[in-house]
Amino acid sequence: MADIRTAATAAETDPTTAGWNGARSEPYGPRPRRIVSRRNIVVYGTLFVVAVYYLLPLYVMVVTSLKGMPEIRFGNIFAPPVEITFEPWVKAWAEACTGLNCDGLSRGFWNSVRITVPSVIASIAIASINGYALANWRFKGADTFFTILIIGAFIPYQVMLYPIVILLREMGLYGSIWGLVMVHSIFGMPILTLLFRNYFSSIPVELFKAARVDGAGFWGIYFKIMLPMSLPIFVVALIIQVTGIWNDFLFGVVYGRPDTYPMTVQLNNIVNSVQGVREYNVNMAATLLTGLVPLIIYFISGKLFVRGIAAGAVKG
Amino acid sequence: MQAQTRRPTRLFRNLSAKIASIPMILTALVIFAGGTIWTVVYSFTNSRLLPRLNFVGIEQYERLWSSTRWMISIQNLFIYGICMLIFSLVIGFILAALLDQKIRFENTFRSIFLYPFALSFIVTGLVWQWLLNPDFGLQQVVRDLGWTSFSFDPLYNTNIVIFGILIAALWQGTGLVMCLMLAGLRGIDEDIWKAARVDGIPMWKTYIFIVIPMMRGVLITSLVLIASGIVKVYDLVVAQTGGGPGIASEVPAKYVYDMMFQAQNLGQGFAASTMMLLSVLIVLIPWAYLEFGRRRHG
Repeated sequence: MADIRTAATAAETDPTTAGWNGARSEPYGPRPRRIVSRRNIVVYGTLFVVAVYYLLPLYVMVVTSLKGMPEIRFGNIFAPPVEITFEPWVKAWAEACTGLNCDGLSRGFWNSVRITVPSVIASIAIASINGYALANWRFKGADTFFTILIIGAFIPYQVMLYPIVILLREMGLYGSIWGLVMVHSIFGMPILTLLFRNYFSSIPVELFKAARVDGAGFWGIYFKIMLPMSLPIFVVALIIQVTGIWNDFLFGVVYGRPDTYPMTVQLNNIVNSVQGVREYNVNMAATLLTGLVPLIIYFISGKLFVRGIAAGAVKG
Repeated sequence: MQAQTRRPTRLFRNLSAKIASIPMILTALVIFAGGTIWTVVYSFTNSRLLPRLNFVGIEQYERLWSSTRWMISIQNLFIYGICMLIFSLVIGFILAALLDQKIRFENTFRSIFLYPFALSFIVTGLVWQWLLNPDFGLQQVVRDLGWTSFSFDPLYNTNIVIFGILIAALWQGTGLVMCLMLAGLRGIDEDIWKAARVDGIPMWKTYIFIVIPMMRGVLITSLVLIASGIVKVYDLVVAQTGGGPGIASEVPAKYVYDMMFQAQNLGQGFAASTMMLLSVLIVLIPWAYLEFGRRRHG
């Protein structure tokens, strides 16, 4: 960005210098841009159309969830609601049925909260300490384990599903919230460890050495120097983990039971259950409710979310 | 002087770091390495409800490859994979190139293109299930406009159902590719553009022959990310079609889950997941060889 900006200012100041030394007689510098040019129309036009395409599903979700069923049956899915009703939202939250249970999405929501909060804390704690050990306290063989961990990130989860079932069953955690917490902590480890390792490696090593000279040990340096210096990366890790764990479906459906299913699994059960009349407005309200948490995180975090994605991308 | 008198045993040197790494070591060895080997070994047994070490050679694999459902799954994955790779790379690149034109509202546009990526596949699948609903969705809207013979019902048509899933997947995933590409474009030296302009090379030619070859790293990263996402596709299909109509939109990951946890046919599940592992390795090994082999040499 800085390069572009300096280039632009250089271009702006150039004509004056050109006039000053009198070397050029012709107009110099980039041609001034017109606001309405064919190029601009093409660029903005395309972007606008694509943006509409991307926003349409969100719009339809909101609109459908605010309509009554008769209006949906006889109307257009893009039409705004004539009579706004919040009944579908209430129903989705508190009354929608999955099989025999009819207490709505709220149970799934609280399960997801109870899964996400400990998983996020555990996985970030484990991965940050791991990354710290890998960056500053290398021991023999550490890199081998790390390589296995990173390769593991590319192995399809399906390959490891059943061994973990056995492991959880032996530990008595199968079907429980804590079993899911453990699974999420395990599978969050590769990417987060990589994230923290790279970040801690970029902190000047002199700082670490100075603390060593002053007598600080492994934990002292971690808590007093590394942790306070790397709050942004902790926020990035937080965003990756909260959205990732909240959106998980596979682990929830494999390692959960109906009373511990996370929100995504319950949502799918509500919408795709075959019995009864399909209430599209309730379904869309439920879908929107489930998507709300990651969406809020996305719009609040802004640039940091992008940074989290970039961090996730370098896992290769 | 003191250090010379007694050297600490090697195992206890750097002890805190080793203790701190225990979770990583356990995960790497027990879950990732151990779990993978366990599944591969048991894929050669005739386990059904419970895993049993009763070896039957490659019988499970023979049965797998003669199953219609698996063949459809593979075919679907192939079509979906190829289209997903091409479309998300092309669309992602075009969007990134458009955003890179020093436009106004760049952040707004980027936020809009990227927000679906924050949503889960379940949410994505359900929204598109609703949008593609033939009675109320896009098809009906176009028919109401007067084009009564218009037909677009991918989720109920066995021939094109996989493209219905593709539409949803592209909606969810191209934002990510765009973001990566944009980062790649921003990393390209402004002087390259100036030089190309001086030489009178048209913009599209500059992109294709100069800029894209320079973005090799970003392209490979995107490729690996998209490819690993393709093999894992599961939730989207479950939410959007449930594998239907019939078995027309089945995918390998769903085959594995259904065999293991519903059909009580563990051996088939293990064999199918081993095939998935194999397909990932086929993509991954040449890439790792290229990437890390090159780094070591140069």
